[in-house]
Amino acid sequence: FPGLADVSIPQDIPVEGEITVPVGSHSPDEDYSTLDEPVKDTIMRDLKAVGKKFVHVMYPRKSSALLRDWDLWGPLVLCVSLALMLQGGSADSKDDGGPQFAEVFVIIWFGAVVITLNSKLLGGTISFFQSLCVLGYCVMPLTVAMLVCRLVLLAGAGTVSFIVRLIVVGAMFAWSTLASTAFLADSQPPNRKALVVYPIFLFYFVISWMILTFTPQ
Amino acid sequence: QMWQAGKRQASRAFSLYANIDILRPYFDVEPVQVRARLLESMIPVKMINFPQKIAGELYGPLMLVFTLVAILLHGMKTSDTIIREGTLMGTAIGTCFGYWLGVSSFMYFLAYLCNAQITMVQMLSLLGYGLFGHCITLFVTYNIHFHSLFYIFWLVVGGLSTLRMVAVLVSRTVGHTQRLILCGTLAALHMLFLLYLHFAYHKVVEGILDTLEGPNMPPFQRVARDIPVISNAVLNTTAKTIALTL
Repeated sequence: FPGLADVSIPQDIPVEGEITVPVGSHSPDEDYSTLDEPVKDTIMRDLKAVGKKFVHVMYPRKSSALLRDWDLWGPLVLCVSLALMLQGGSADSKDDGGPQFAEVFVIIWFGAVVITLNSKLLGGTISFFQSLCVLGYCVMPLTVAMLVCRLVLLAGAGTVSFIVRLIVVGAMFAWSTLASTAFLADSQPPNRKALVVYPIFLFYFVISWMILTFTPQ
Repeated sequence: QMWQAGKRQASRAFSLYANIDILRPYFDVEPVQVRARLLESMIPVKMINFPQKIAGELYGPLMLVFTLVAILLHGMKTSDTIIREGTLMGTAIGTCFGYWLGVSSFMYFLAYLCNAQITMVQMLSLLGYGLFGHCITLFVTYNIHFHSLFYIFWLVVGGLSTLRMVAVLVSRTVGHTQRLILCGTLAALHMLFLLYLHFAYHKVVEGILDTLEGPNMPPFQRVARDIPVISNAVLNTTAKTIALTL
């Protein structure tokens, strides 16, 4: 800045002032610290957020609440319950032909990570954890399908039960895919939606297949 | 202390994102392009005197590998394969990715030895699109269990995609010996992989393993047992009637 080289401050003007800028209460956290509230409030707030997201998944509207505050509690609960329900299915009792707990876990999370990376590489505007959050929450219809399948299998394992399970799992698979597409496809450039939807379709197809071929011992 | 940890995490996250950006240009495709390339992978090119252009794209091949994994899982489940050490999903993923990455690297190494003009990404892409034929064949033959149908598909579909890959490679290599080595290995590996995928996961492997364990195990079976008899019978009769009317 050559023009400022000859600026000099006369000696008699005091150069002083406050260096800190008074901060108004911009964010609600300034008013109260969440560390002091009772534990019940914290838990209830988080539970309410999770519950609201479940409702969003059941009726997929184009709302940004699911995307904005992401959390991974819901996906974790769904993943663990799905993996637990897929236990105990074996054709041979020594080493089972059904998926292990860790296998289901790894498939869901690894698959979600791959889809997220893929959508980011295709030029998506959604962040990593937001995408994981959406994909995890949209596993909920498939968990419901698993529950229904287990109940149906309690009644018997014949052809009728297979057809019923096929219809239920198929419907839930379509619902999952549509729900996650409703949230994720908006963040892509319009002509590449199909490229993002296909891996999601494959991912939920693999999970549905694991659910459908589950036969308890 | 916390500042140090935060800074370290931020720099690690940043390096992760920087790594992703390296792959970004390979995913820059349109759905139309992917569809065109899928169909092209079955059409052998005629012009082998002129180096053919290979698109260095990774989206299509990656999706095809995952599709192959899904189809393999379906096949393993319907043929009731019991994996002793390891898991069903792990085996499927390991097989498909191992084939794609391993054979690509091996062919790239051979291409380097034979002075072929091909880069690693192009090789990955070429082999990946060649898996489209595998996907179609396995998808059809895991559901309809006719061995003769499988052989026809193996020759026709597998042969077409092999011919395409071979033609592209031939157009990029000079010298007869080199062309022979390169294309021979690729054709052999590609066709043998399809054969392996069909036979290793189609029949019931447990029969072989269980005969080592006890004398009163059920005999070696060749039909699918997991899916109910109805859908199997429906598909088989459909295929039979189609074959009769043709």
